[in-house]
Amino acid sequence: MGEAMGSGALGPAMADSRPLLLGLKGITKAFPGCLANDAVDLDIRAGEIHALLGENGAGKSTLVKIVYGVLQPDAGEITIAGEMRRISSPAAARDLGIGMVFQHFSLFEALTVADNIALGLNTAAARRDLRSRIVAISESYGLPLDPDRVVHDLSVGERQRIEIVRCLLQKPKLLIMDEPTSVLTPQEADNLFATLRRLAAEGCAILYISHKLEEIRALCERATIMRQGRVVASCDPRATSARDLAEMMIGAELAAPAHARKPDAAAPVRLAVQDLSLRSNQQFGVDLHDISFAVRAGEILGIGGIAGNGQGELMAALSGEILALAPGAIALDGVAVGRIGPDGRRRQGACFVPEERNDHGAVRDMTLAENALLSAYRRRRLSRMGFIDRLRTLLFAGEVVEDFDVRTSGPRAEARSLSGGNLQKFIIGREILQDPGILVVAQPTWGVDAGAAAAIHQALMDLADAGAAIVIISQDLDELMMLADRIAVMAHGRLSPARPVAELSVAEIGLLMGGAQPERAEAAHAS
Amino acid sequence: MHLEIIARGERSRTWAYLSPVLAIVLTLVTSAFIFAFLGKDPLAALKVMWIDPVLTKRGFAELFVKAAPLVMIAIGLALGFRANVWNIGAEGQFIMGAIFATGVALYFYEVQNWPVWLAMIPAGILGGALWGAIPAFLKLRFNANEILTSLMLTYVASLILLYLVAGPWKDPDGYGFPQSRMFSDAANSPRLISGTRIHVGVFASLGIVILGWFLLQKSMLGFQLKVLGQAPRAAAFAGFSTRGLTWLSLLVGGGLAGLAGMFEVAGPIGQLTPALPTGYGFTAIIVAFLGRLHPIGILFGGLVLALSYLGGEKAQIALGLPAAVVKINQGILLFYLLACDLFIRYRVKIATGRAA
Repeated sequence: MGEAMGSGALGPAMADSRPLLLGLKGITKAFPGCLANDAVDLDIRAGEIHALLGENGAGKSTLVKIVYGVLQPDAGEITIAGEMRRISSPAAARDLGIGMVFQHFSLFEALTVADNIALGLNTAAARRDLRSRIVAISESYGLPLDPDRVVHDLSVGERQRIEIVRCLLQKPKLLIMDEPTSVLTPQEADNLFATLRRLAAEGCAILYISHKLEEIRALCERATIMRQGRVVASCDPRATSARDLAEMMIGAELAAPAHARKPDAAAPVRLAVQDLSLRSNQQFGVDLHDISFAVRAGEILGIGGIAGNGQGELMAALSGEILALAPGAIALDGVAVGRIGPDGRRRQGACFVPEERNDHGAVRDMTLAENALLSAYRRRRLSRMGFIDRLRTLLFAGEVVEDFDVRTSGPRAEARSLSGGNLQKFIIGREILQDPGILVVAQPTWGVDAGAAAAIHQALMDLADAGAAIVIISQDLDELMMLADRIAVMAHGRLSPARPVAELSVAEIGLLMGGAQPERAEAAHAS
Repeated sequence: MHLEIIARGERSRTWAYLSPVLAIVLTLVTSAFIFAFLGKDPLAALKVMWIDPVLTKRGFAELFVKAAPLVMIAIGLALGFRANVWNIGAEGQFIMGAIFATGVALYFYEVQNWPVWLAMIPAGILGGALWGAIPAFLKLRFNANEILTSLMLTYVASLILLYLVAGPWKDPDGYGFPQSRMFSDAANSPRLISGTRIHVGVFASLGIVILGWFLLQKSMLGFQLKVLGQAPRAAAFAGFSTRGLTWLSLLVGGGLAGLAGMFEVAGPIGQLTPALPTGYGFTAIIVAFLGRLHPIGILFGGLVLALSYLGGEKAQIALGLPAAVVKINQGILLFYLLACDLFIRYRVKIATGRAA
C-alpha cells in the first residue's frame, strides 16, 4: 500500500501538462469534537476527471462544501487558475465557474423543469431564452429533458439531469458530482459517464465523489483518497485494483465474507408473502401491487431496485408499520400476521432494520441502552410487568456494543454521538442478537464505511447459516450479488419473480430495474 | 454582519438541570430592576414578594395549598408534552372537573355523609377527562391541531361555568350573586392540619408526584411517550401505538386537571363561582417546563410558582403594586427559561461574512 501511495502520488501529476484549475493548500476545518479536514492539499487540472474517495466521515463532503462556498475553511488557501480566491458562498462559487450536483436534489415537485432551472439562476439575463438553451444543452450532451414536464412525474435519473443541465447552463470550468450514481440504473449510469467524458474532453474538470470503486476505476484518471480528514494517498485508479483502493480507504485489509452454506431447496418456508397490495401512506409514495415471494430457512433473498420504487412501502408492510388488508398476505413460519403490528410480528420471530437510522431505526437523542429497549424489549425481555428492567437493558446494550465492535464510550452514550457506520452496526447487532427466525433489512450498509460493511455482511451470512430467513432490500447491486441466493427487483411497486443469482447478469437486473421485465413476466404468468 | 445560531456538539446534562435555577435568578434580578424603576426599594420589595409570604405557619401552609393544583395539573401535562401532545387547555379541563364535582355536591346536597365527597373525586376526573377527550378525538379523527382545539375549549368551559352559576345552579339564597350554594360539610375535603387550609388534595398531589415518577421514569409506558415525542417514526417501528398514547396523554392530562378542579372547588373555595378559574391550568404549563417535565422537578417548579402567587398578593397589599405583577413575573420567568434552554442547546455566533 505504501508503494501505491508513493508512485501514484507523483506519476500522473508530473506527466500532466494541462493547466492547473483548482489548487487547495493546507485546507483545515474543525467542527466541535472533530477535525473534518486536516491540512488537505488537492490539485485539479482542466479537463480531468478526478475521484475523491473515502469512507463515510473521511471529510470528503466537508472539503467539497468548502470548494463550493457552503463552508468556510479555518485555514488554508484556495487558488483558481493560479489566482488566490475566497469563496464566500455558492453564488460566488458559481461566478468563479464552479458547479455542483448534490446527492439530494433541491427541486420543487409541483413546478416544471424550466421553472426549476430558472429558480436556480442568479440573474434575469441568465433566464433569457432559457427554454431553447435547455433544449440545446440537453441535446448536445445526451441528457434528454423536456422543459415543460412537471418534476413529480419524472424519474430520479431525469431529476438528476435537471440538476446537471442547471450547472451546465453556467458553463462551468469545474463540476462537482456527489455520489451521482447512487440513484441510477446501470444503464443510466453509463449514459451519465458518457456525458461526463464529453464534458472533460471539452476542458471542464470534474470532481467525482463516490464510494463505488468499480465506477471510479472505469471513469476517473486520478483519485485522491481521504481518511480521517487527511489525504492519505493519490493514485491512478485505472491502474489500481478495487481491493487496493478499498484498503487505502480504510487503512486495513478487507476480509471477504465467508459463505459456509448451500441453500437447501427443501428447507421450510419461514417468510411467505402472497398477493400483497397496499396503498402508500405518503403523498408521492408508490402503491404496492400483487407482491408475492417466499424465503426459506437459511436463505437470503435480495430485493434490488432504484430508490423510490416501493421499497420503503414494502419494508413498512413487512415490519407491520403499515398493516396489510388481508391477514394471509404475510405469514411468518406459517402464521398469518398481515393484520398484526410490529410487536406481534417480533413475537412471531421476525426482526427488522429500516433504511433510515436516524429517528426511525434508532432515536438520536436517546442513549444506546434506551435504543436497545426500543425494539428488543419483547424478545430479550427487557421489561417486566410494564416496568423497564434497567440492568438487563444495560447489559444487552453492552452485549451489542461488544459483539458488533461498536465504537462508543458505552451503552450510556447517546445515539447521536456515534458515526453513521457505528450506529448501523449497533442497530444490526441489536436485531441479530434477538436471534430472529426472519430478518428483513433495508440498505444494511448505506453510508457505512468498508470495514463496517464487511462486518455487517459477515453477520448476515452467519445468521442465515444458523437457519434464519433473510430479506435484504438494497440499491447496492454489488452487495446483493455478493450476499443473496436469489434476487428479485422492484419497479413501480411491483416485484419481479426471484431468480437465483447465478442465472442473473448485471445487465438483466438493470433492465428489470428500469421496469422493463415485470410486465413481460406478468404476461407470461397470465398466459 | 448577522447572527448565526449553531447547535452545540454535546449537550450538557448539568446545564439542562441548572437552566431553571439560572432562569429564576435572572427573573429575580429583572424584577428588582422593575421595582427600582417603580421607585420601590428593590431588596425590600423582593423580600416582601419572595420571603414574607412563607414566614408564618399559615403562609407556609398556603404555599402547599397553591402548589397542589399546579403540580397535579403539570404532571398530567408533562405526560403529553413528552409525547409531543400539546394540551394547552388544562384550564378548561380544570373548570370541567370542578363543574362535574359541583354537580355531585349539589345533587346530594341533603346527604350529610362523607361518601358525597368521595363520589366527587371520580366525577371531577371524569369531567376533566371528557374535556381532554374532545381534542384527542378531533386530532385522531380529523387531524385537528390539539393546541387550538384544547385552548378554544377552555373558553367554552368558562362559558358553561358562567351559565350554570347564573342559571340552574344559582344559589337561591345568594342575593342574586352568580354563584352556587356553599357545599355541605360532607362535600368539602377534610382539613388535615388545624390553623391551615391544608386538605387531602395536597397529599393527593404528593401521591401523584410519586406515581408520575414511576410512570414517566420507570415504566415502559413512560418510555413509549418519550419515544413518540422524540421520534414518531421510531415509535411506529417499535410498535408503539400513536393513537393509544395520544388518547392516554389527553385523558390523563384532562383527568388530573379535572381532579385538581375538584379539589379546588371542594377545598379552599367550597362553592362554584366565576372566580374559580385563576389561570392554574396555564401556569401549570410553566411549571411543567420549569420542572423539565420531570415529576420531582415539577414539584419544585410548582412551589416556586405558588410562591409567585402569594408574593403577588403581598405585593399588592404591602407595596401597592397592581395585580398584574404576578403575571409579569411568571412571564419573565418563562422567557428566561426558554432563553436559557436555547443557549444551552445552541451558541450564537456573530458572522462577519459578506452576504452574497
